[in-house]
Amino acid sequence: MDPETKAKIARQFIEAIPFSRALNMKLDEIGNGVAMISMPYDERLIGDAHRGVIHGGAISALMDTCGGAAVVSHPESPGGTATIDLRIDYMRAATPHSRIIARAECYHITRSVAFVSAVALNEGEEAPIATAKGAFTVDPSRKGKG
Amino acid sequence: MPRSAPEPVQVVKQRRDAALRSLVEGVPYISFLGIEVERHGDELTAKLNYDEKLIGNPLLPAIHGGVTASFLEVTAMVEIMWATLWDDLEAGKIDAESLTSGAVRWPKTIDFTVDYLRTGLPRDAYARARVVRSGRRYGSVHVEAWQDNRERPIAQASCHFLMPRREPIDGAN
Repeated sequence: MDPETKAKIARQFIEAIPFSRALNMKLDEIGNGVAMISMPYDERLIGDAHRGVIHGGAISALMDTCGGAAVVSHPESPGGTATIDLRIDYMRAATPHSRIIARAECYHITRSVAFVSAVALNEGEEAPIATAKGAFTVDPSRKGKG
Repeated sequence: MPRSAPEPVQVVKQRRDAALRSLVEGVPYISFLGIEVERHGDELTAKLNYDEKLIGNPLLPAIHGGVTASFLEVTAMVEIMWATLWDDLEAGKIDAESLTSGAVRWPKTIDFTVDYLRTGLPRDAYARARVVRSGRRYGSVHVEAWQDNRERPIAQASCHFLMPRREPIDGAN
């Protein structure tokens, strides 16, 4: 499969995931083990009502989805993946009313495990909101992201 | 010193349930995910009510890993908050009204590590957290989620929190 077709399929697949849709995630870039997914500010996702800050869990969900997409897009990935573990470090509160962008990279892959690092930022800002590191399964028998 | 009569059960339950409700209802993301928190004495059990929007893999189908992570983080956060408030709540120093939306200073998550142990099936899930250590500045919490069988967790997590600075009561430090 050529990279362009693969990217197109990945986009359709990720944007069809019910929870990604619920969070209005948009696949901005994908290919060669790197993915970028963003989501808009949404009042339903607020964790700190006093400051209007989005809950860390929603950012975890964005980075997890992005990590899975990065794995699937790796040239050596046979198809499906699921998260084995994920560690997220929260550096600061997400800026209210601002779009959140995650970038994930699958920096190493074996026949069984894919290693991923990810970062989440506000659009137009440089300081990371959170960073993540995770291990994902490499599983030809299962399709999609669990 | 003569012992005072124990409080009527309704008074005790009303106070605790109202405080918990205020705390949980003040967080929009908790209701967005469909999480409820049940209480028995001081023990909390969070319940994730299944909904189609929580699916991450429509082919299996399975609950989204981000939903599971969020469920665990919410449970851990409510637990450490609840544990921190308990003594003041029981002593009558705080009430449900002081815990309403926007008035609560939640601990901030420093880091969060989640292990996915089994596929989250398309049905309700439960979680309980244990405060491993709660200090003045930092807290450490372990949390587990399961579905049909408590002995077969679907995920576990450990998280560190930065505790909110506590307001000195009556100007004392």
